[in-house]
Amino acid sequence: MTTLSDPAYTPSVADKVQGAFNRRKWRNIGVPLGVFAYLIYVFFAFDIMGLASKARPENAAILLNDFWSHKVHVTRNNRSGEVLTAYEGERKGEFPEGTGPEWVSYGESTVISLTDGSVVEFVGGKIAELQIPDYGSVRAEIDGRAVVLTLPDNTTPPEWMNVSRNRMSLTQPGWRFSITPSKTEVFRYQAGWELFFFTIDSAFYDRSVGELVALALWEPRVNPDRANIAQMAYDIWTNKMWRHGDVAWAMFETVLMAFLGTMGAGLIALPLSFLAASNFAPARWLRLTCRRFFDLLRGVDGLIWTVILSRAFGPGPMTGALAILLTDTGTFGKTFSEALENIDQKQVEGVQSTGASAVQRMRFGVIPQVLPLILSQLLYYLESNTRSATVIGALVGGGIGLLLTQAIITQKDWEEVCYYMVLVVLTVMLMDTLSGWVRRKFIKG
Amino acid sequence: MAMTSPSSPTPTEDYLALVRRKRLYGAILVALFVVLMASGFNLAEGRNAGGFFEGLHRIFDFPAEIFSEAFTNWRNMPAHLVSFLPSLLETLNIAAVSTLIGAVLGMFLAFLSTRGLAKWPALIPVFRRSMDIMRAVPEIVIALVLIFLLGVGPVPAMIAIAFHTTGALGKLFSEAAENVDFKPVEGLASVGGSWLQRVWFGVVPQVAPNWSSYALLRFEINIRASAILGFVGAGGIGYDLKTALQWGMGKYDQVVVIFALLFITIMIVDHMSDRARERLVKGGQIA
Repeated sequence: MTTLSDPAYTPSVADKVQGAFNRRKWRNIGVPLGVFAYLIYVFFAFDIMGLASKARPENAAILLNDFWSHKVHVTRNNRSGEVLTAYEGERKGEFPEGTGPEWVSYGESTVISLTDGSVVEFVGGKIAELQIPDYGSVRAEIDGRAVVLTLPDNTTPPEWMNVSRNRMSLTQPGWRFSITPSKTEVFRYQAGWELFFFTIDSAFYDRSVGELVALALWEPRVNPDRANIAQMAYDIWTNKMWRHGDVAWAMFETVLMAFLGTMGAGLIALPLSFLAASNFAPARWLRLTCRRFFDLLRGVDGLIWTVILSRAFGPGPMTGALAILLTDTGTFGKTFSEALENIDQKQVEGVQSTGASAVQRMRFGVIPQVLPLILSQLLYYLESNTRSATVIGALVGGGIGLLLTQAIITQKDWEEVCYYMVLVVLTVMLMDTLSGWVRRKFIKG
Repeated sequence: MAMTSPSSPTPTEDYLALVRRKRLYGAILVALFVVLMASGFNLAEGRNAGGFFEGLHRIFDFPAEIFSEAFTNWRNMPAHLVSFLPSLLETLNIAAVSTLIGAVLGMFLAFLSTRGLAKWPALIPVFRRSMDIMRAVPEIVIALVLIFLLGVGPVPAMIAIAFHTTGALGKLFSEAAENVDFKPVEGLASVGGSWLQRVWFGVVPQVAPNWSSYALLRFEINIRASAILGFVGAGGIGYDLKTALQWGMGKYDQVVVIFALLFITIMIVDHMSDRARERLVKGGQIA
């Protein structure tokens, strides 16, 4: 027997330990070095240096402003002299001609008071006069196809003013002004999301909360056919600016996709997983076929399934639900069959000893053991699929994902992007809380 | 023991009543579930462009079409295969880097939001909520917004996936860290170890196998995510797929090559990470 004192044995143990330490040491240095080298490679592969030239920081400013504020356009058509006021310059947010918010007065000339104390006056059809505190008065006049500027003391234009022969624009805190031969425009920025509840054509537009509560609870009816509170709900639901009704439907569609996909996948995977579990499979070839089938479903990525399915079924929520169903059937098949392989056989034998048939053995011996795991898997995937359904919706053209991509692609409705994002995040978190509650309540105890 | 009054049921009756009630609840739940599934399916089908049964037999039309074109042009396949390798590499790189970044950030968030380890215990709910939000924001939104800011390329996708990965891994990491043995941490504290030393030498060695296994699983998921984000304009193989699909007939051989590349890559990575994770979790340490 060799002992530690045996001279032939001791060095090899020492070597072994030394070797293990050396390997450990090199690994501790090597792994971080490898990661670092990889990051350097990626730094060049992704052209991070070139990013600075491609980045558009001015877009970031637009986006951040737009997320939480809106602007009101007051526009004069310099050819007809007509003055229009509109939220975001959109037709949906137009005031009837000659009316507008209280900081604009219409009449012979249009006087616009701005937040920093400046006043812009549209005189007639060709002239705009600006009173800017700390600077003085500026007069811009259209002369044929040119803009003629009169600055205080005939100074040169300051750097916040952008002047060329046929255009003048300037940016001040809270507002912007621009004039060209065709139109004169003032943008006034304001915090908040415009017309979120009621659009201008609604009878409830521009009323205080107190007035709204009073109107909701008491007479007079705004619309003789409906109670005021129903009319309010209707006006909000059909709001043309924010389309709350459509958005709610889209959000519902997204949750529906996740629900149908996850539960459908569970229903299909459960029976198949019995065929794929080694302790239940009736035949080896059947087990292997099922296994490979699950691998195929998982390996063909969700992206490929969405492409194939939208060719067959066209865009919509059902296509999205089927795409989720196909990938998750593969995942569930794998996890369920693993759970079935790990069950305690004693319970099944106990049921069998009472003379139970095969179906009864499954029902009372197997299902109670795997049900908690299956249910918690289903719930977990339901929650994570709600988020995936947004992405899949963007690909197949259904649900909130579609609205999100559309709003982002137009590159101006950032407040809507923000709104949808908040909705998605809230919904996913709600599903998270809900599934956590169900799991605690019904599965763990 | 007091005698039961004649009206109260015997234990057997009581048990049978309980079983009946349980069965009734079960039946109601199943019925509710069936109704929900059926009506949900009807609704989804109604809002879909094409119906389920009229599309069902067409499921294989598109694969058949692209494969038949690929077979007639089989000579081009090897060349396509080589030409798409760089974009496949880009997709893999996006997934790998975002997993790395997400894992590092998730690690910090996990330490900050685990009871017993947190540096500022009062802020635990704040970190937890922020991880919830990070997990809930769909990658596609961040990617599209960043494409608007940073231009088309792999970086928006990388940031978007890393953001989500941070939240997802942070939660899993913190769940694993909650179950660590605190004795090494206390030992380090008793010899005056700082917070960083306690965490680094007391906790990380215990959780490293589990954490690496979670990170590998995330890497698998992130490959898929990065392919999808490529489809909406973030570069990589997804973008090539989109261009080939938009071209339509005549480029279907490329579509087949991309499908095959994606499929093979996902299979290989899944298989390798399965093996590695088994060794990590069962072997108890990084080999």
